[in-house]
Amino acid sequence: MNYFPDEVLEHVFDSIASHKDRNSVSLVCKSWYRIERYSRRRVFIGNCYSISPERLIARFPGLKSLTLKGKPHFADFNLVPYDWGGFVYPWIKALAESGIGLEELRLKRMVVSDESLELLSKSFANFKSLVLVSCEGFSADGLAAVAANCRFLRELDLQENEVDDHRGHWLSCFPESCTSLVSLNFACLKGEVNLGALERLVSRSPNLKSLRLNRLVPLDTLQKLLMRAPQLVDLGIGSYVHDPSSEASNKLKHAIQRCKSIVSLSGFLEVAPRCMSAIYPICGNLTTLNLSYAPGLHGNKLTKLIQHCRKLQRLWILDRIGDKGLGVVASTCKELQELRVFPSDPFGAGNDAVTEEGLVLVSAGCPKLNSLLYFCQQMTNAALITVARNCPNFIRFRLCILDPVKPDPVTNQPLDEGFGAIVQSCKRLKRLSLSGLLTDQVFLYIGMYAEQLEMLSIAFAADSDKGMLYVLNGCKKLRKLEIRDCPFGNSALLEDVGKYETMRSLWMSSCEVTLGGCKTVAEKMPSLNVEIINESDQTEFNLDEGQKVDKMYLYRTLVGHRKDAPESVWIL
Amino acid sequence: MEVGLKMAMKGGGDHVGGCEKEKMGFEETELRLGLPGGGGGGEGGGGEVVRKRGFSETVDLKLNLSSKQDTSGIDPNDEKVTGLNKEKNLLLSAIDPAKPPAKAQVVGWPPVRSFRKNMLATATQKSSTDESGGEKVAFVKVSMDGAPYLRKVDLRMYTSYHQLSDALAKMFSSFTIGNCGSQGVKDFMNESKLMDLLNGSDYVPTYEDKDGDWMLVGDVPWEMFVESCKRLRIMKGTEAIGLAPKAVEKCKKRS
Repeated sequence: MNYFPDEVLEHVFDSIASHKDRNSVSLVCKSWYRIERYSRRRVFIGNCYSISPERLIARFPGLKSLTLKGKPHFADFNLVPYDWGGFVYPWIKALAESGIGLEELRLKRMVVSDESLELLSKSFANFKSLVLVSCEGFSADGLAAVAANCRFLRELDLQENEVDDHRGHWLSCFPESCTSLVSLNFACLKGEVNLGALERLVSRSPNLKSLRLNRLVPLDTLQKLLMRAPQLVDLGIGSYVHDPSSEASNKLKHAIQRCKSIVSLSGFLEVAPRCMSAIYPICGNLTTLNLSYAPGLHGNKLTKLIQHCRKLQRLWILDRIGDKGLGVVASTCKELQELRVFPSDPFGAGNDAVTEEGLVLVSAGCPKLNSLLYFCQQMTNAALITVARNCPNFIRFRLCILDPVKPDPVTNQPLDEGFGAIVQSCKRLKRLSLSGLLTDQVFLYIGMYAEQLEMLSIAFAADSDKGMLYVLNGCKKLRKLEIRDCPFGNSALLEDVGKYETMRSLWMSSCEVTLGGCKTVAEKMPSLNVEIINESDQTEFNLDEGQKVDKMYLYRTLVGHRKDAPESVWIL
Repeated sequence: MEVGLKMAMKGGGDHVGGCEKEKMGFEETELRLGLPGGGGGGEGGGGEVVRKRGFSETVDLKLNLSSKQDTSGIDPNDEKVTGLNKEKNLLLSAIDPAKPPAKAQVVGWPPVRSFRKNMLATATQKSSTDESGGEKVAFVKVSMDGAPYLRKVDLRMYTSYHQLSDALAKMFSSFTIGNCGSQGVKDFMNESKLMDLLNGSDYVPTYEDKDGDWMLVGDVPWEMFVESCKRLRIMKGTEAIGLAPKAVEKCKKRS
């Protein structure tokens, strides 16, 4: 090993893409550590508070691509105060001042201000790719800065962000010289965009492969865009309402047919079901289809569409599809790997929802299924056992029964056995979300069988601390554990505090842990930040050690307490 | 260690049969090993079973389960459970059984991103109006060549061309409508009959659609017609000859 020149090792390391592997490589010896760190181009930071930008820059001076995640997952469901943290500005500032040639920035659940975007756009001459997922804090002004200043921009991908929209002049800010766009996704923007600017931009972007429009792009513009970009691979249609017998519809149909490379289709934020026939010509090529924002599509029109999609590998759909519709999926989409069924009525009891029957049908018809997110009215142990037998390849299995403590409706039993079958059968399971009536038993199964499990989400489950202990003791590869409304208390929390250093984070809300218990963890483990989130109107935290903690979020960190926590967050 | 922490709910002799059936395929895998790190051994009675905090302290979600609970094997000696049942009953009486259970009051459940919730809320509003066909009324002007004044009809009052033409006939009864009855409309589908009619002096029902084109009434399904019709014009046959090529084309396509 010592006799290879550095260049050779670098060349070898170049072919190692996975972050995990590169991290392992850097631990082999000092010289490997050194070579690896200078040759590292991409870094993934799963918790932006686990390390500081300064240390990142010091270790990886050749950094080109950075991925950062901010808020804990349960922030998606309004369990985290809006000002909790996750600000990207300090990162961009530090990177800008360091002279790092940043080319790509991917952010998830972070607060991104217009100021950050402007600084980003002006600081990195070679900046190519900006991907924002579930972020907030910016407006179209920030986007305008990116459009105007990033001369070699290839990718601007905005997924499900809350954007303060003004009228969309930002599209006009792309200079005429910008011809490098490969991917443009503004589906989440609520404002109008300058249609002429959009058409011109697409016309001068011969490499454009992915285009996702928002709701306010009218049909005739869509048609023109498709005529100018028949090379598209991924298309997101915003509004899709037209009279199939009209001239406009015929033109659109013709334009769609020319796009023979489209393999991914999404959007339909506004849709009239009878228009879907215009899409049929390209359905045969689709590998990804996302109809999860189209509640207007259901019944025959929906199943007819799906029957054309024989090559589908990934399907995101609303529960309006029903069990019968899932049967059609099962008989048509033999290549299906990922299925997500979202609730069409997230606020109340879904009348059109799916049940265990639909899932069983899909598991029987789609043997390659390995990733599932399934919101349903009910589930039975028998169904889960069948699914486990049919599909032993699950990597992600997330089941959400809309009534969170519902037992098996046939037997009135908890769903322990069903989930137990899943973890026993699916040896490669990395992510699991549970729901329904569950006792400590299911956690015993998880601890015993889910050897590869990395992320576990639990809500309204278990009877005692034993449940949490089974998991902490058994799941050696656990990285993220998030728990809400379970009777886990201090004895579970404190049993093995060293464990938390091997994990990215632990979230516990509405459980039985007390302030005293959390303090003990913080005292014993200086390498953890233990945060208590208290959103009530109390002006000072009740210092009674026996007080139950409403929300606790702890995570390992190399840089101690963060300085940007709001008043509602107390770091122990 | 015998698996199966005894839960108050799971007990009850009448339930054992059901449990056995349920576990049939699973017996081989029933766990018999000792727990890592913890002692084996039983818990005493029901004393160590800690009730889910969710019952008494959060909004009760099991409104529909409470009746089942009474018949399942709950140990009647478990005071905690009895107490909880009381609370449940209190909650039940306070809540109108006709309303759906108070799911919406649980923060962050179901676990759906706010962004998605908001998008669906807007999308559902729009699509429900689409399904009901837009506005609840669809008044369009009806003109008839030679008539001194126009009329207005609400297309939503009718569910078929037949009904519409009957209504129009009544409206313009003082004038000759001719073949605007259902048979007349069907005749337009028939090429030879069409040519005869258009060459005659009979009337032809036409409409202006969303694109501004003048179309022959009767080609498209009723619902589609209602959604795209802006106004109606009952033309004299001789004037409708300009429409004939289009209509004939359509007839050709059909056959």
